[in-house]
Amino acid sequence: MKDEVQTPEDRAAGLKGMGCSRKRVEDVRFTQGKGNYVDDIKLDGMLFGDFVRSPYAHARVKSINSEEAMKVPGVVAVITAADLEPLGLHWMPTLAGDKQMVLADGKVLFQGQEVAFVVAEDRYAAADAVELVEVEYEELPVIVDPFEALKSDVVLREDTVDENGKATDGAHGPRNHPNHIFTWEAGEEAETNAVIDSAEVVAEETMYYHRTHPCPLETCGSVASMDKVTGKLTLWGTFQAPHAIRTVVSLISGIAEHNIRVISPDIGGGFGNKVGAYSGYVCSVVASIVTGRPVKWIEDRMENLMTTAFARDYWMKGKISATKEGKITGLHCHVTADHGGFDACADPTKFPAGFMNICTGSYDIPTAYLAVDGVYTNKAPGGVSYRCSFRVTEAVYFIERMIEVLAIKLNMDAAELRRINFIKKEQFPYQSALGWEYDSGDYHTAWDKAMKAVDYDGLRAEQAQRVEDFKAGKTRSLMGIGLSFFTEIVGAGPVKNCDILGLGMFDSCEIRIHPTGSAIARLGTISQGQGHATTFSQIIASEIGIPADDITLEEGDTDTAPYGLGTYGSRSTPVAGAATAMAARKIRAKAQMIAAYLLEVHDDDVEFDVDRFVVKGAPERFKTMKEIAFAAYNQAIPGIEPGLEAVSYYDPPNMTYPFGAYVCVMDIDVDTGVPDIRRFYALDDCGTRINPMIIEGQVHGGLTEALAVALGQEIAYDEMGNVKTGTLMDFFLPTAWEVPNYETDYTVTPSPHHPIGAKGVGESPHVGGVPCFSNAVQDAFRAFGLTHTNMPHDHWRIWKTANDLGLHG
Amino acid sequence: MIPSGFEYHRPADVAGALSILQEHGDDARVIAGGHSLIPMMKLRMADVDHLIDLQDIDALKGISIGTDEVTIGAMVTQHELIENDALAQAVPIIREAALVIADPQVRYVGTIGGNVANGDPGNDMPGLMQCLDARFELVGPDGTREVPAREFYEAAYFTAREDEEILTKVIIPVPAVGTGQAYEKQKRKIGDYATAASGVMIQTEGGVCTAASIAMTNLADTPIWCEAASDALVGSDLGDAACKAAVAAAIDAIEPVADNRGPVEFKKHVAGVILRRAIDRAIARASN
Amino acid sequence: MSKMHVKLKVNGREVEGLAEPRTLLIHFLRENLKITGPHIGCETSHCGACTVDLNGKSIKSCTVFVAQAQEAEITTVEGLSNDDGTLGVIQEMFREHHGLQCGFCTPGMITRAHRLLQENPSPSEEEVRFGMAGNLCRCTGYQNIVKSIMAASDQLNAQKEAAE
Repeated sequence: MKDEVQTPEDRAAGLKGMGCSRKRVEDVRFTQGKGNYVDDIKLDGMLFGDFVRSPYAHARVKSINSEEAMKVPGVVAVITAADLEPLGLHWMPTLAGDKQMVLADGKVLFQGQEVAFVVAEDRYAAADAVELVEVEYEELPVIVDPFEALKSDVVLREDTVDENGKATDGAHGPRNHPNHIFTWEAGEEAETNAVIDSAEVVAEETMYYHRTHPCPLETCGSVASMDKVTGKLTLWGTFQAPHAIRTVVSLISGIAEHNIRVISPDIGGGFGNKVGAYSGYVCSVVASIVTGRPVKWIEDRMENLMTTAFARDYWMKGKISATKEGKITGLHCHVTADHGGFDACADPTKFPAGFMNICTGSYDIPTAYLAVDGVYTNKAPGGVSYRCSFRVTEAVYFIERMIEVLAIKLNMDAAELRRINFIKKEQFPYQSALGWEYDSGDYHTAWDKAMKAVDYDGLRAEQAQRVEDFKAGKTRSLMGIGLSFFTEIVGAGPVKNCDILGLGMFDSCEIRIHPTGSAIARLGTISQGQGHATTFSQIIASEIGIPADDITLEEGDTDTAPYGLGTYGSRSTPVAGAATAMAARKIRAKAQMIAAYLLEVHDDDVEFDVDRFVVKGAPERFKTMKEIAFAAYNQAIPGIEPGLEAVSYYDPPNMTYPFGAYVCVMDIDVDTGVPDIRRFYALDDCGTRINPMIIEGQVHGGLTEALAVALGQEIAYDEMGNVKTGTLMDFFLPTAWEVPNYETDYTVTPSPHHPIGAKGVGESPHVGGVPCFSNAVQDAFRAFGLTHTNMPHDHWRIWKTANDLGLHG
Repeated sequence: MIPSGFEYHRPADVAGALSILQEHGDDARVIAGGHSLIPMMKLRMADVDHLIDLQDIDALKGISIGTDEVTIGAMVTQHELIENDALAQAVPIIREAALVIADPQVRYVGTIGGNVANGDPGNDMPGLMQCLDARFELVGPDGTREVPAREFYEAAYFTAREDEEILTKVIIPVPAVGTGQAYEKQKRKIGDYATAASGVMIQTEGGVCTAASIAMTNLADTPIWCEAASDALVGSDLGDAACKAAVAAAIDAIEPVADNRGPVEFKKHVAGVILRRAIDRAIARASN
Repeated sequence: MSKMHVKLKVNGREVEGLAEPRTLLIHFLRENLKITGPHIGCETSHCGACTVDLNGKSIKSCTVFVAQAQEAEITTVEGLSNDDGTLGVIQEMFREHHGLQCGFCTPGMITRAHRLLQENPSPSEEEVRFGMAGNLCRCTGYQNIVKSIMAASDQLNAQKEAAE
């Protein structure tokens, strides 16, 4: 009888469905230290693997002697490329159409490259044995500069040249130099050049988006267990795409896919670092097969930073043309992309430069051209998209800097320049000059809201006063106002043009309702902290009318989860979230028929009301979802199968395009180079908002990773290819002390093609945040003549900017 | 990540520690808080066959505040230094400096003895002790001696301590009442060593500087106690010219190396800025 | 390398085992005792994921040999749950205020927060940020961690007052 006093709003609130800041189900185990991460896994008889790694960035491997190593008590095996070759596993395919060595095959190409894999009873014995493997190297000339690589006689990848030393064709077409990987183009070159050449105003800039690294707090690892009796391989690992790993392992090992079970347990952060396959995974599998025992491999932090997939390392040259009133007419972008020793970039196969062609950004640019040249160097292979969709951080940084550079050329306010060039609301869906159809956006509303929230005019007035005070010697602090209006492209993607190694980038959800009205759902994605078990249940709760608390949501076990392409590039909500809604709607459709049968009316005579089906016009006659669930198992309904479940494999018609407006206010101590972040305002539009608490958390986290990248986080090399920033001493991860409080805000512009209008948000703050922080630093020096300076803006580089501008008197 | 193996010793007293050191010579190392030594061992950059844990030795503990001198046992942790209110009254610069060393967990375990003894140019306590004109008590097979902090550091990781000696106490003259003290440190983040750091003490009388002591940290392969810098202040009115002269003298005395924190030019400039700020704060706090 | 006999108290329970002196405390906890709450995030003592409470001090268990922890009393995050398995106050506040995402830094964070609130039962936000600077997080940006700890301090102080 309590239903009679509950309003539909009450009933909806009880479901904790979409829009509710539902507390996370994962937290119960995580706060008690009861998570299950890869290094928590302990199996009987488990061995431990550890790598011998090259100290040199480029060298021939003349010999490997493991005699002394084998004498260490507890050491079981030392595996080298020679052992992997008969299995065809000494090389493995990359996600970018290249191949990479699993263990050094004749030479090494980057510092830290895997040379041998020691397997021992425990990690202490393995570490001792690693020290005792004797490797004879013959050093070769090192190339760490991609421009030099394209001119050099030194051939890095001898496996990619023919007997005359000429570069063979790569996966993406012909290569014009042995160290060249691919050229990829988008847009109209001739037309763009013509527009730029005849423009009233042209601004040009070269910028370097430095190499950095996703550095999740948990490093990569795997536990491989080959069961000789059943012939089944179980592989636990830090995998952001467990199904893809299963298929790849099957293809390269020859083990049939139904005999491989891949499990991604709890993962301590991914940020793109855990998308690709690493030597450690392959070696742990081989070692398990060879020894007949489970083998665990967990890398340490230095190994993670030095050898797993880096991010960025893009040299970008831009030209932007405009009328003298500031209307942009054309954009030209050329990128030299440093991929390290192997192109292990995680991109859809047709996009070797990812979605760099989103670089026209939020602006209505009628003509544009992009060309990207990929290059090999003696650095770690990659790159991956660190908390962004494929190469979107690079694209957005590029355009958000070009806008600033153009504003300086035009002597215009950068906010005003953006505003007059934004794509207008009525122009959506918008065809960009470089080939994307942006689904929806209302940029002016978002921008105006942001400008008002921070009192932009007030800030500029304050800044002008500060410049005067500085010139008068009253202060040594400069004020910067950083702006960023980004458009992301996420949710890869339509199968017709998005695939990873041939696997279409759909995603999936399977839902089964139990007789007593609760449910289990499984997805093809895998959370690494995004809270899927909490949020996807909210989608189901709203769509089907079952409380989210009554839904178990699982991911990551390829034996039970439907096939999916995993979680990265903010694709879970756009793709798997859509699949979840679609599967839920199939169930709701069947539930409707069951309800109609129970209520003895026609299917069309009942309608869905929060958590029940009600007879139209007779609201006292209804069946709750609980009753319908039981009926599905209890009733013999003509024409309807028993049970209540559905699966959906969702092929998205397009990507989704979340956007946002960010403002950063910074005060910079000119004499020490130390920046103080006074304020950061972030407005995000991710379409329909499933769980506001989780969205806010994603924004805080993405902005903090952006702060780190913009203000110091880099993977730096010296000219010998030595990694200079290979530990957390020098690889900048800010503590709670260096990070400000963020103000978050939002607008809602649903995606018209997504079943629930949601666009995804996890990476937007990182994509939009980096240029915002960078622009803040650079804006502080604009009044003194600065046009552009490269990131990272660590203390000494900020100091140097001030010094070069003569501000140290 | 995994250190190589060693024999573990936990002597009950200094004599016990010394005898193990004598027996094993180069192959033996003492461990205090371990937060310099253990990371090196984990990276296999320090090879230790015999590890001598000093944590049970009572003679190495405790802070005693006298009228003229403060005596701090080598095993006193940064946390204990910070928490001791009597110490903060007697020598306030110690608490100020300890708070900018590392992070809370490291401060719970890191000791003053460890920080001053290993000769790591990045450590904060050495320069601070030179500023304070502290003395280190060393106990070895040939007896006990004291070495002034200002004479203790020879090169990076090379100090006046013989291999078979243990640093047991730090003895600090209590600064005169009214001494202005300041420790200023620029770093990339909490937990980092100094990009530049400076400890300054200034005494004044009737507007004239009567004593000054200036030390610079992580700007050479040892801490730099710069007498020329203090000379520039002593006898002056502590006005801008005198302060500038002091800073110039200190910049002359340091020899920073380029590293990920920045190039030499940057470090020299920042060293001057940091020193000047420390001087200004010390002046503001001086009373007489 | 010969093993030594170690005895400690962990989360209120007496435990013992055999371990080489070089065994790091974090490995003894995780491998010998199967206490996998504290995690390993680096090898240079920066990240704090391994933080445990040892004799009333927050320490990084990756930078301590188990030999040094002989006879010590250790609390890990597992020891901060209520006896009936429900969440303790700090754990509850972390959940309430979304102070975690991937959960990997969380055991170290909560264990450190526990000691921080013993040191200073009513910290300001600045004091929380300073007091937690030995624990890195990659997911949350710290803001909700700080909020969780401030809320925990309110809760614990209210409980203390109610008890008095």
